This record gives sequence, C-alpha cells and structure tokens, in this order.
Amino acid sequence: MSLMTAKRGARRQTLLGLAFASPFIIGAAVFIVWPVIASAGYSFTDFNLFQAPSWVGLDNYAHMLQDSTFWKALANTLFLTVTGVPLTIAISILGAHFLNLPVRGQPLYRALVYLPTIVPIVVGGYLWRWLLNTQYGFVNYFLGLLHLPQPEWLEQPAWGKPAILLMCLWTIGGTMIIYLAAIKDVPSELYEAAELDGAGWWGRFRFITWPTISPVTLFQVIVTVIAYLQIFTQPYLLTQTRLNEASGGPGQSMISYAMYLYQNAFVFLKMGYASAMAWVLFLITLVITLLLLWSSKKWVHYGSERS
Amino acid sequence: MVLNAVEKPQAPTRAPWTDNEDEPRRRRRRPARTAGRYALVWGLTLLFVFPFLAMLSTAFKLPADIFSSPPALWPKEWTLDNFVAVFEEIPFWQYLWNTVVIAALSVLGMLIASPLVAYSLSKIGWRGQRPLLVIVMATMMLPPQVTMIPLFLMWNGLQATNTIIPLVAPAFFGTPFLIFMLRQFLMSVPDELLQAARIDGASELRIYWSIVLPQARPALITAVIFQFVWAWTDFLNPLIYLNDASKYTLSIGLYSFFGEHNVEWGPLMAASVLFTIPALALFVVFQRYFVGGISAGALK
Repeated sequence: MSLMTAKRGARRQTLLGLAFASPFIIGAAVFIVWPVIASAGYSFTDFNLFQAPSWVGLDNYAHMLQDSTFWKALANTLFLTVTGVPLTIAISILGAHFLNLPVRGQPLYRALVYLPTIVPIVVGGYLWRWLLNTQYGFVNYFLGLLHLPQPEWLEQPAWGKPAILLMCLWTIGGTMIIYLAAIKDVPSELYEAAELDGAGWWGRFRFITWPTISPVTLFQVIVTVIAYLQIFTQPYLLTQTRLNEASGGPGQSMISYAMYLYQNAFVFLKMGYASAMAWVLFLITLVITLLLLWSSKKWVHYGSERS
Repeated sequence: MVLNAVEKPQAPTRAPWTDNEDEPRRRRRRPARTAGRYALVWGLTLLFVFPFLAMLSTAFKLPADIFSSPPALWPKEWTLDNFVAVFEEIPFWQYLWNTVVIAALSVLGMLIASPLVAYSLSKIGWRGQRPLLVIVMATMMLPPQVTMIPLFLMWNGLQATNTIIPLVAPAFFGTPFLIFMLRQFLMSVPDELLQAARIDGASELRIYWSIVLPQARPALITAVIFQFVWAWTDFLNPLIYLNDASKYTLSIGLYSFFGEHNVEWGPLMAASVLFTIPALALFVVFQRYFVGGISAGALK
C-alpha cells in the first residue's frame, strides 16, 4: 500500500469515526461544554432571570462565607457523606455474604433485595414519610416492640438525618449485588490456604476477602461519595411542603447542599449565586475524589498485576 | 484506575441471581446451622421488602384502618376505594400518558444515538477514539448541578420550558453511561466478522445495521431498560421544567395527595402502587438484563 492511500485510508476512518460519534459530539457541545462555560460565567454575576446578568466579580463566592444556611447545608451534606458511605459499604459487604449463603431460592432473595432500587424515587420518599410517621408508622411500631425509644423522625432536628440515611440505605441493593459478584470471584484456593493456616472467619475476611475486593470497594466508595455530596431528592421529598418547595426539616437539619442550590436557583431566582455554589460543589467533589484515589495506593490491592 | 478499566473489556459477569449450581457443595447435615442461614437471608430480605408490603397494605385499607395504632399489615377489611379515589381526584390517565410519552421518546432517542457513538468508540479505528472515550467518561463525573442552570436558561430562552423537549432531547444525543456500557459490550464482538463484511464491500452503516446491532441485542435491551427506568422515575427534571398541571408526569403529580394539613395516605399509596407496577414488571421480565447494567456500573 502506498503512503498516499494509507493516508487517505486513515482520513476516511477519521471521518467515519467522527460521523458515527457526531450525535455525542454535538450533544456534548450543547448540553455540557457550553453550560459548563456559561455556568462559570454566571457565577461571577448577579442574575435574576428578568434582568441581564451584571458582573459582580467574586461577590457570590465571598457571600458564601457569611451565608449561615450555606454552611448549614454544607455541614449536613458532609455529615450524611461521612456516615452514609461507610454504612453503605459495610452493610453491602455484610449483605452480600448473606446472599451468598447456600440456601434454597437464592436468586429470589437477590432479586428482592435489588427491588427497591427500581421503585420511582418519589414513591420511595412518600412511602418512607408514611413508614416514619410518629403515630401510625411501622418503624416506630417495631421500635416499640423492641422497647426502644420512638422518635418523632421528621420533626426533631436530631432525627432528620437518620431518616434520610434510612431511606438511602433502603436502595443499596445494587451495591450489594456488585459485592456479591466480587466475593464470588475470590479464588477458593486462597480460603483453603488460610484455613490450613488456622484463620478464623474474621482472619479470612480481613486478609483475603477484603484485600481481594478492594478495587471494587474503591470504585463503590467514589461513586457513593459523589452521590451523597449531590444528594437532593431524598431530603427534598422527606421535607417537601409544596410541589416546588421543601422546608429542609426542623431547624434546617435536613437541608442538603444541592437542595439549597436548587432553592437559590429556582425559588429565589439567584442564578449567579447558585452557579457559584455549583462550582464550589464541583471543586469539593474533585478534591475528595482525588484524595480517595491518592489514598487508594495504601489500601487497594490489584492482585497479581501489581504485587 | 478508571482508565485502567477502559483498556480491557470486562468478561461478562455471571448473573448473580440466576446461578445457584455451586450451592449444595458445602451443605452438611447440621440443622441448626441451616436454620441460622435461612434466618439471616430471610431477615435481610424482609428488611428490604417490608416497605413494599406496607405500601400495598395501606393501599387496600379503609381510612379508619390506616389511622389505627398500632398499625397492622393485614387490612381489617379490604377495599378498592383508594384506587377509585386515585382516578377521581387526580388526572391519573393524563399523568400516566405524559410519563409514557417522555419515557418512550427518551428510549427512542437513546436507541438512535447511543449505539452509533458506541460503535465509533469500539469498532472504527480512528485517531480521536481514545480522547473521545475520555470525554464520555468525564461527562459522567460532572455534577449535574453545574449544567442545570445554564441548561434551564437555554431552554427558557428557546421558550421550550413547560414542554417535554428539555426532558427528551438529551437522549437523542446519546446517554454517556449507556454509550460506555454499549462500547464495553461491542469490544467483545469479533473484528473478523466486520472485516469479512468490509472486504465484501459493505458500507460501514450497513455493517452497523445488519451485523453489529443484531449482535448487540442483549446490551441494547439492557440500555433500553435503564433509559426507561430513569425517564420513568425522574423527579428533578420534570420538577424544574414542567409548570402546567396538564403536563405533569406521575413523579410530580403524586404530590397532589398532600393537602395543607393532612395527607391522603390511602389514595397516595394506591397511586404509588400503580406507578411502580410498570418498572416492576419490566424488572421481573428482564431480570437478567439488569445484571449486565449493574456490572457495567461496577467498573472494577
């Protein structure tokens, strides 16, 4: 093949590749690249939808420092992340082991545990409001049977966040199924060797299962952290007071960062301030993700590839 | 680490809830242990299933029964009043139709665009392939809050708010997560098949249409299910874009059962049951295709 035809071939391939990818290229330009640039621009303006945006420099970012609701929302969100992520990982791993137990009808139990993840989230939100009802809800009924305190879930500042966590943890079936596949992939020779060394169940988990599934854990931690940092729908539905408004719970104990951002954008029409908040959220997400990736060198094992 | 995963297409994961061949291996005659195992599995499953049972039971209860303490799972008297109330009190059929239209158009758009892009990213050797793949993955990580406001302003400027356009248009340009999943699947389609067709002089579009798409059927079904479930259950976008009650989807229509001071729990739960059934039916019928999607999301 001469150089000319080879070149022409490569060019043809490039054109073909571009043609087939063109929907995404156009879509990314319109729905991602342009909005990202525009959002950065709006974050330096005062903009209420009815008047043209006016340049205010770093005012929006400076305003965050004095905005107590901003700090409240950020603190709530970080609290939910710090508690929700370890709970998600721990319960998913434990549940995956249960689902892996040799019992009749295994496939059915696995499907049932996954089921809540496909329920419309709105249904889940209102359903939990009902289950957590102080007087008529099932949660307090069961707590009463166990002689435990029966809190006013959505009315006491201390109990709002546990309510959000409860609703979120109901939908961790997907993570559990991923872990189930991961623990099934752990080579059984490793367990046999450990058993010969006299390792108990904790030793087998600590020195075999945990390191072997650590790449899965890293990815699940990152995905779950991102989801919690952006949490919106669950606290919104649990504290919704009108279609377009949510109170954020007693003393704003349940207002999340994304909820306050939504409120600023679509209730107060402070588009500039909300854009600045979106960028701060983006940076926080980026920093935490990079920290997790950096820390992974210390606790993630890539099996034979790297040892 | 994420890019590492891109390099090698994943071996198809075994469907965790369809295989149970290896279960009897370890079973020995220890009744107490067996009972313990069943207790753990049933206990776990019950925690996840119980809210459904409570939803169903409330949907079939009379008001006096709903507001009785302690709550009982079995209705004292079964009634269909709540379901009748759903159709009388809210334009349920209207909301249902709106939701169906949005879900169907989203699925159609996804089917037109996503596999095309996935094909470009897997089976056409060209220079921009890798950078573009990185861009697809990067867009998956961008918080939606960053693009939410400019997109709203854009649709507002085009006078497209309060229509379904902002809700369905993005799918026609490809859904990043599904592009990635389809791409991973297409990587496993043997190149020889396509090369043979190319030597026979088949055009790329023809190869795509008559060889690749039929081969990708299982992955396409998975993609359809995911797009459908997302569109069906979406809350934030309809909340932002739809103002007219006649355009509401079920997701935002359900709030109609919340009054100033009280909530009509019976009809709300009945409507919730009806709203959940289509997604549930899809799950029951296409169970095994869900697994493909879940493991694509795992990206070991």
